[in-house]
Amino acid sequence: MNVQTEDILEREAEPSYRQNTPVEVRIIKLNKSFGSNHVLNDLDLEVKPGETLVVIGKSGQGKSVLLRHIIGLEEPDSGQIFINGMDVNDPEVRNRYRFAMVFQSSALFNSLTVGENVSLYLREHRVFKDENAIRRIVLNTLSIVGLEEKENAIPSELSGGMKKRVAIARALAMNPDLILFDEPTSELDPITAQTIDDVMLNLRKHVKVTQIIVTHDIDLALYIADRIAVLDEGRIVEIGTPEEIARSTNPLVREFIVRSAKENKKEVGTYENRG
Amino acid sequence: MNAVTGFFQSTGEMIKLFIETVYWCKAAFRNRDKVFRQMAEIGNYTLPFAALISIFVGAALALETGPQLRLFGLQENIGGIVATGMLRELGPVMTSMLVVGRVGSAMTAEIGSMSVYQEIDALKTMDINPVRFLVMPRFLATFITLPFLVVYVDVIGTFGGAVVSAVNHKINVPFGIYYRNVKLYIEFADVLHGLIKATVFGVMISIACCYVGLKTRGGPREIGTSVTKAVVLSFILILVFDYFITRLLILLHIGYHF
Repeated sequence: MNVQTEDILEREAEPSYRQNTPVEVRIIKLNKSFGSNHVLNDLDLEVKPGETLVVIGKSGQGKSVLLRHIIGLEEPDSGQIFINGMDVNDPEVRNRYRFAMVFQSSALFNSLTVGENVSLYLREHRVFKDENAIRRIVLNTLSIVGLEEKENAIPSELSGGMKKRVAIARALAMNPDLILFDEPTSELDPITAQTIDDVMLNLRKHVKVTQIIVTHDIDLALYIADRIAVLDEGRIVEIGTPEEIARSTNPLVREFIVRSAKENKKEVGTYENRG
Repeated sequence: MNAVTGFFQSTGEMIKLFIETVYWCKAAFRNRDKVFRQMAEIGNYTLPFAALISIFVGAALALETGPQLRLFGLQENIGGIVATGMLRELGPVMTSMLVVGRVGSAMTAEIGSMSVYQEIDALKTMDINPVRFLVMPRFLATFITLPFLVVYVDVIGTFGGAVVSAVNHKINVPFGIYYRNVKLYIEFADVLHGLIKATVFGVMISIACCYVGLKTRGGPREIGTSVTKAVVLSFILILVFDYFITRLLILLHIGYHF
């Protein structure tokens, strides 16, 4: 949150919402099948508090399914997920920590304005007694994503990139401890995708929160990640810093880099020399 | 899963949704703006059409029965017959079907769309219970407004019968005699009969339509399929339960003089 939002939270919010605590996420031997399709296969993963972890992998490898398990939208066949040492299914986890998710489709509520979308969590959970405080939070979070003038617009009036930014603002308004991003730049043109990349990089600088991002965009991963995890056939096959991943000899990682270099008309060496 | 298992599973899930919705009625006062908004939409969508169809249904009922009664010299009883038919049967059933078509289908479409485009998942991630946020306001709004709509339809339908009875030369019963006969035959129990049906139908329409919406998966085509499914399911529930409620009310001697 920016300084203005922190000030409003400190003065006017319910006590439980004033502080956010970036959480540690530990996933142990996670398995999930849909029919005969074994999507997650003994998956182990650890995310440090305050870290920005990017999970990359080809389409259909289970990246979105992994996020849905962390946020509690799916039940695993076996395995466990811990948030700061507490099982994610423990109701106390939801009482102590706030999780936000930015969906691939943005998932904005079409019957609500942008401002109402962003403030929905604050109203439904009665974080503030004062309507003005809610409005200030909404305007502050919209300004972080560069959309303060769109407060009264409805989602159908927005472009794809704008919807994605509103979805990010809605997540930020929750003052979350963990934010999950599902393919944040998919279906966006390169210029709009770069805008989203910059918003997410800006978040890293100003917001204390653990971020887990799934994407097939190696450029995004190398641009914003603290660490990158490579998901293949339902398990993490490699994990490391962007520099380590860029120099990796793992055939899947090399394939990602070579393809991305081709699409973006770059030399493969420019990836290896990042950072 | 075969059809029989599917039927029992769906029935169980709808009962579970009903119980959960009743539980969340405890949050009704806090969410009263949502309930009022839904009530306004129901009224806005249905009042004009309800008036139009009820006047013609009452008129048709009078037209069918009036000449037959005149053959036996009993045409002066037409007021009681039309009013009884409207209050006990046509009013609640017809109004409920109208609400299904105008409001229930919209509920399914809206909630089904939210399900398909992950808006319901977004609610869950924000720790907002979808039943409290989406189903409960619609349930309460339908539960509250349908009985009022039924009374509205009964009054207009009875008036439609009065008009036809007065102007049709094969019936020729003036307004005064028509309404005197209505007062003679109609008791509060007859009104209660219709209101009980309206209340039950309101519960079923909202739960069935919201349930089908929440179960929608896929894309725009599946939303359309869900709307059709919800409408057909609601019609079947109304007609089946209409018989059983009538049977029960006879057993309890509510509105029956034998």
